[in-house]
Amino acid sequence: MTSASQPIQRPRDAKLLAIDVRGRIQHWPRARFVELLQPGDLVVANDAATLPASLSGVHVPSGGAIEVRLAGRPSLADFRRFTAVVFGAGDFHIRTEDRPLPPRLSPGDRLQLGPLAATIEAILHHSRLVSLAFDGSPDKIREGMARHGRPIQYAHVQAPLDLWDVWTPIAGPPVAFESPSAGFAIDWRELASIAARGVRFATITHAAGISSTGDPELDARLPFDEPYRIPPSTARAIRTTHANGGRIIAIGTTVVRAFEHAAVADGDVRAGEGLATQRIGALTRLRVVDAILSGTHEPGTSHHEMLCAFTDDKTLARANRELDERGYRTHEFGDSIWIARTVQNLPILEPAAGEFARI
Amino acid sequence: MAACRVAVTGGTSGLGLALAGELLARGAQVAFVARGRERVERVAREHPGAHGIVGDVSQKDDIYPIAVQILGALGGLDVLINNASDLGPAPLALLGDTDCEDFERALATNVLGPFRLTKALLGALAASAREGSGAVVLNVSSDAAVNAYPLWGAYGASKAALRHMSGIWNAELEAEGIQFLSIDPGDMDTPMHVLAVPDADPAQLKKPELAAQELVAAVSKLLGTRSIAGAV
Repeated sequence: MTSASQPIQRPRDAKLLAIDVRGRIQHWPRARFVELLQPGDLVVANDAATLPASLSGVHVPSGGAIEVRLAGRPSLADFRRFTAVVFGAGDFHIRTEDRPLPPRLSPGDRLQLGPLAATIEAILHHSRLVSLAFDGSPDKIREGMARHGRPIQYAHVQAPLDLWDVWTPIAGPPVAFESPSAGFAIDWRELASIAARGVRFATITHAAGISSTGDPELDARLPFDEPYRIPPSTARAIRTTHANGGRIIAIGTTVVRAFEHAAVADGDVRAGEGLATQRIGALTRLRVVDAILSGTHEPGTSHHEMLCAFTDDKTLARANRELDERGYRTHEFGDSIWIARTVQNLPILEPAAGEFARI
Repeated sequence: MAACRVAVTGGTSGLGLALAGELLARGAQVAFVARGRERVERVAREHPGAHGIVGDVSQKDDIYPIAVQILGALGGLDVLINNASDLGPAPLALLGDTDCEDFERALATNVLGPFRLTKALLGALAASAREGSGAVVLNVSSDAAVNAYPLWGAYGASKAALRHMSGIWNAELEAEGIQFLSIDPGDMDTPMHVLAVPDADPAQLKKPELAAQELVAAVSKLLGTRSIAGAV
């Protein structure tokens, strides 16, 4: 697939590959996404706003230039301690895979990142993955980050990204390290269309981590642990929707990860904060989410692995071929994919929930 | 009853400062925004618990840094008060004598700033509304938004635009549960009034503290069941 290289959240020609409960594939203009919804469904998006999580500066002991990319946090409330991936000199114009290594990092090392000062607390089983703690009050840390930080940039997008490029229309608490970009598809007009169709809308806040580090060993550990919060109104909406036979539609992989983590005990999604630690893949039995709207993801990534929980390998392979053949664009500003979780042993003639109503 | 999360722009003088004080007294969690670092830090010191944010709402590049700090500090948002205002030319001037730059600055502060900041915070406000907490945006207006007073061209035209925009926001976001208020607090004894009418008798002017009480009461009424702590 080609990379979407323009930071446009809702290109007019955005495409949608849709896979129904029987594994059948259709191609839609993404603008008609709402037509895949049925009255009684619940659409849930991640309302995390994206932090300016890329901080350039200096590794004080060596004087070497570095870029720190904040990548994880222990809880949504903590604004002092972060997990971070450290890069050497250079910026996003160099692909992450090709970036020089940072100076050798050790616990106790001081980092000066513009107005922010931080100390490395630990090296996390990889020379470039650290936990760090910022100096100062939370207000001062937020100010330093807001003024000095940039959103994490992508080599496949040439123009530097600003926060307004990466905040979804519904963005709220700034806790994500990269944008929950599946949400780019949903703007205020779309929300009105969703409501007009008799479909409810709810949000969670999930601190989406980074999508790639440029290091295969680190990428194999993705996704890192991600704190999330499920509001009471969202937990209630899930119960009501399930009780009424409606479907839960996740906008993006983070919503799936949060719900399936919250429901792991007994299938019930409770309100409150949690820390999603699990991986979702082919062997995961989904207990909450019935369908996902997601960006298109390349095989081998953790996001793609999650899609395997929704449908079988053969169907996904067929979908990937069609994405290639029909020129779908990948990455954050790319086209989208919809997968309704495969329902086994459907009778042949009876229409099932989630089947395409029209072509 | 959890405290309401409120952001106020122009929060270090006049009505904005009085609003911050009134909101804190009623148990709200407050973030306030203003341009001058020294004043922001002083007001933050004088109001323990309030989050002071340095930023200029008339500057496009300041909006998202302001929004990151508001939402980071408060964890979400129930009420936004767009109070920061620019008078246009000072002393006041006939439109024919108004420099374009003064008119542009009034528009940037009084119309574009509130538009941009509201837009950046809309997701958080909608989340609050879905949670049943209510969500209100109060845009501070003026009688100059309605009446064609000579000499008040830049200010009056910009405030008229803000007032109209409030109405359109309100119509568009009614279904989301976000309510917009446009309120004229009256002629107050504030630094801006001194700038506009230097020879006015302060004794004849409304105290900003009284106006702040009235505005907070109006917001609280709209929020309904979960009003600002202590306001009902």
